[in-house]
Amino acid sequence: MNTTPRRNRSRLLIETLIVVAIAIAMMTVVPGLLNAVGQSFRVGLLGRFMALAIAALGIDLIWGYTGILSLGHGLFFALGGYAFSMFLQLQPPPGATGLQLPDFLVLYGVTDLPWLWKPFESLPFTTIAIVLLPTIVAAILGYLVFRNRIRGVYFSILTQAALIVFFNFFNGQQKLINGTNGLKTDTTYLFGQVMSSPTMQANFYYLTIVLLALAYGFCRWLTSGRFGQLLIAIRDDEPRVRFTGYDPTVFKVLVFAVSAGLAGIAGALYTVQSGIITPKAMDIAFSIEMVIWVAVGGRGTLVGAVLGTLIVNFARSLLSEQYPAFWLFFQGALFLAVVTVLPDGFVGWFKTNIPELVRQLTSKTKISTYPSLENNPDLDYERQVVSDRKSDR
Amino acid sequence: MSGKLLAIENLTVSFDGFKALNNLTFSMDPGELRVIIGPNGAGKTTFLDTITGKTKPTQGTVHFKGQNLAKFKEHTIAKMGIGRKFQTPRVYLNLSVRENMGLAYNQQKSLLKTLFPKSNGGEKDDIAQLLEIVGLLGKANSPASLLAHGEKQRLEIGMLVAQSPDLLLVDEPVAGLTDEETEKVGNLLIQLAKKHSILVIEHDMEFVRQIAQKVTVLHEGSVLCEGTMDEVQSDRRVIDVYLGNQED
Amino acid sequence: MWSALVDGLFSGVSIGSVLLLSALGLAIVFGLMGVINMAHGELMMLGAYTTVLVQGTLKGTPLFDSYILFALIASFIVTALFGLLLERTVIRYLYGRPLETLLATWGVSLMLQQFVRSVSWEFIIGTTIAIALFMGGTIGIKRIPAKFRDVSTAGIGLVAGTIALQISNALGNMYGLFMTKPWFGAQNQDVTAPQWLRGGLKLGFVDVQFSYVRIFIIVLTVICLAAVYFFLNRTQWGLRIRAVTQNRSMSSCLGIPTDRVDALTFAVGSGLAGIAGCAVSLLGSVGPNTGQNYIIDTFMVVVVGGVGNLVGSIVAALVIGMSSYLYGTFAGQIPVIQDLSKAIGIDLGAQTMAKVVVFALIVVFLQFKPGGLFPQKGRTVDA
Repeated sequence: MNTTPRRNRSRLLIETLIVVAIAIAMMTVVPGLLNAVGQSFRVGLLGRFMALAIAALGIDLIWGYTGILSLGHGLFFALGGYAFSMFLQLQPPPGATGLQLPDFLVLYGVTDLPWLWKPFESLPFTTIAIVLLPTIVAAILGYLVFRNRIRGVYFSILTQAALIVFFNFFNGQQKLINGTNGLKTDTTYLFGQVMSSPTMQANFYYLTIVLLALAYGFCRWLTSGRFGQLLIAIRDDEPRVRFTGYDPTVFKVLVFAVSAGLAGIAGALYTVQSGIITPKAMDIAFSIEMVIWVAVGGRGTLVGAVLGTLIVNFARSLLSEQYPAFWLFFQGALFLAVVTVLPDGFVGWFKTNIPELVRQLTSKTKISTYPSLENNPDLDYERQVVSDRKSDR
Repeated sequence: MSGKLLAIENLTVSFDGFKALNNLTFSMDPGELRVIIGPNGAGKTTFLDTITGKTKPTQGTVHFKGQNLAKFKEHTIAKMGIGRKFQTPRVYLNLSVRENMGLAYNQQKSLLKTLFPKSNGGEKDDIAQLLEIVGLLGKANSPASLLAHGEKQRLEIGMLVAQSPDLLLVDEPVAGLTDEETEKVGNLLIQLAKKHSILVIEHDMEFVRQIAQKVTVLHEGSVLCEGTMDEVQSDRRVIDVYLGNQED
Repeated sequence: MWSALVDGLFSGVSIGSVLLLSALGLAIVFGLMGVINMAHGELMMLGAYTTVLVQGTLKGTPLFDSYILFALIASFIVTALFGLLLERTVIRYLYGRPLETLLATWGVSLMLQQFVRSVSWEFIIGTTIAIALFMGGTIGIKRIPAKFRDVSTAGIGLVAGTIALQISNALGNMYGLFMTKPWFGAQNQDVTAPQWLRGGLKLGFVDVQFSYVRIFIIVLTVICLAAVYFFLNRTQWGLRIRAVTQNRSMSSCLGIPTDRVDALTFAVGSGLAGIAGCAVSLLGSVGPNTGQNYIIDTFMVVVVGGVGNLVGSIVAALVIGMSSYLYGTFAGQIPVIQDLSKAIGIDLGAQTMAKVVVFALIVVFLQFKPGGLFPQKGRTVDA
């Protein structure tokens, strides 16, 4: 904060370069490495988990920065997934022309495309809808709730209730969106290519990386300026923000909507890489899991959100391959651990412990007093004042 | 309404039948430094709550610069020019001192202006100057959570000034401060009174004597009497309900 | 016409009473401590499983006819003890951090769900060994400098887990099915209502059968309500609980042992969940996910009812129960809804829409009464 604009700018440049470098490495080196050690199926997993990381960024915005716990992000995730999947259902296989009636609709004896499906014939509309549909739903819900200053656990419970309501709704609509069975995407076609083909999957893997990097940059921009400070201020003391002349409701609605939009993107990307979207994406458990990814990585840090998602999900896939019964115990223990012993997650733990550890290893032990004399701002200030006075004379 | 900065008429606020404020009438001129005293439960904090829009009047009106505040929300009232300092210091603990000041200083409080701020050249200097005044320049970059109680009090007063409202409402600014700090805050308020109108609520009689031009005594939700410190102190009723207790 | 109305009313009241019974414990705990216990549903599940066990134990004995009474008591005790353990080991460290508590209790609920799925002798022995080793280990490393303690604790956890896993695997191989067979497994268990609760009451003037089980649950709910009311308003500890609910720090200053009050409240709330679980086990089969089916609805009861107010919870439970039942049953027959459904191609009268409509109504309701039916009033320190 005390840095000159130029130093800020160079720091920004370095960070951008690092992000781009990691993204390129994820695209080129990592798949090659995994293929080389015979773990090529993990590339697909990695792609899916990076899609989830986009949702985690949204959760971090709203929970890590603003202190609002949403337990309903599965809803927004599912909306994005359904939007994209509905578009894919309508695409013709190679050779055929014109738009298809989805198989399950034919099975149920529906002959005309329901009106709800009509807009999803268009790719531009679908692309926009993936982001905007969850955003709008979240904005409406958020406005109705935040307007009345419903906060804390009340908000969490209401989002959870909204989730369960949509879950029931989607489950019940057999003739509209295939109910419990969901919509399969792996046998659908896009631009004449079947979705489950390696090329298609590779393309979406790359797309996921690009979008994750963009989402990271976007969140970084949101959280670094005055807007970001305001989010933290709302978390620390919302009434105080109000008495300073800001309207917290507007900010909270925006952040909730943005995080929902991110979840929508994540849902669409995850769906095409896993091959199906079902109402199970609106399971209560899945939405709370998103929170644990962020918590494990470190709330309030964007890197933590991404890392935490990857760590937890890979741990899950490894553990449930070995001991399927133990995953729930492990996950339960994770929930307990992050609220009791690791409140700032891995990133927070490293931030506090690694410098200390490095110092221990590299330098001689010394007696440290607290507050350490070197870092005492008061003392710095006095020193400066004294030296200023000297130079005045 | 003529020329009054703050005009309160027949204000009653009741919670489930209990009248925290009872038919209270009060007014303040622009540029005034007014101190409100009163025993516990006299309705002082509710009084501030009502002015800032946190609590809505059951009866009566609050006019600020001629406008009835009844229909406005807290943040609008704050933007109209009423700033408030709370009884216990309330700063944003996870932001640095400078960021705390920045949020208060910023006059463009709409969503878009916050997302796309116009650079304000004077901001940095102004904030540094204010921090100098409240004696926190040396800690500008440390998080507010590391400040001592008195420093938080000063930071919050600094934020209030940075917000540059027309009317400052200050609730017990010297609670929990040392004598030296109390005097500092007192001088600060007297300084500020030259440019702003200030309404202070305070228990500390020494402090009130230091800063007060005009004192209003609240008792059981109504104004008991009003005048200079000396006049108030010699008022029989005041001695009965308030100052008398102190001399026991 | 009359029959349909009476039937609807009865079903609504009976659904409402199940809701109320499940929400009662939650409401007390939330009112006192501001803690939303996400594991409340799983505590109900524990109660239901206790009922299964009691039923199994008493089968063939003369007491079997009244096993449900023993099951009620046993469920209360088991869940209350578990609640006490939970409060002492986890929740009390998280007071004042409601969102964290919510996450932690969710973690507990996941563990409980998996616990009933995989509990077996092998599992119990293994877990005991793991916990014992871990506890011993953490005591052992007290001397290690603080900065390495995080890492070594994690290491000890890993080692303890591995050893326990090996031992229990070995035991499993030695004794075979006796050790490894899960007690319950993932499949649902059935509770059969005792003889005297089967069938229903027929009244002369309407053609409706009032199922005895549902009557039993309504009566049970009334008894629990009365007991809670009596406990809160007529006993020494109830007075303390009410005092802490209103002003925690003042109560503490006056010498009320607030942490014991917290523990007691949490235990009572959990015990009530156990009773609710016992009751719902009569309505359908019992499975690891039993708790999940009730949890959202009970949360809604608490939100609509307002904090720390029994009357609010009662009204909210009845209204939510009634309206979801009535909508689910009758909405499909209302012409307007039929027309609307046709117009938009979505069946608004379907049973599944009842939840959607009720939730929408709750959100609308909160627009006018954000604090619930009976909000707390007065000058609050924050907000």
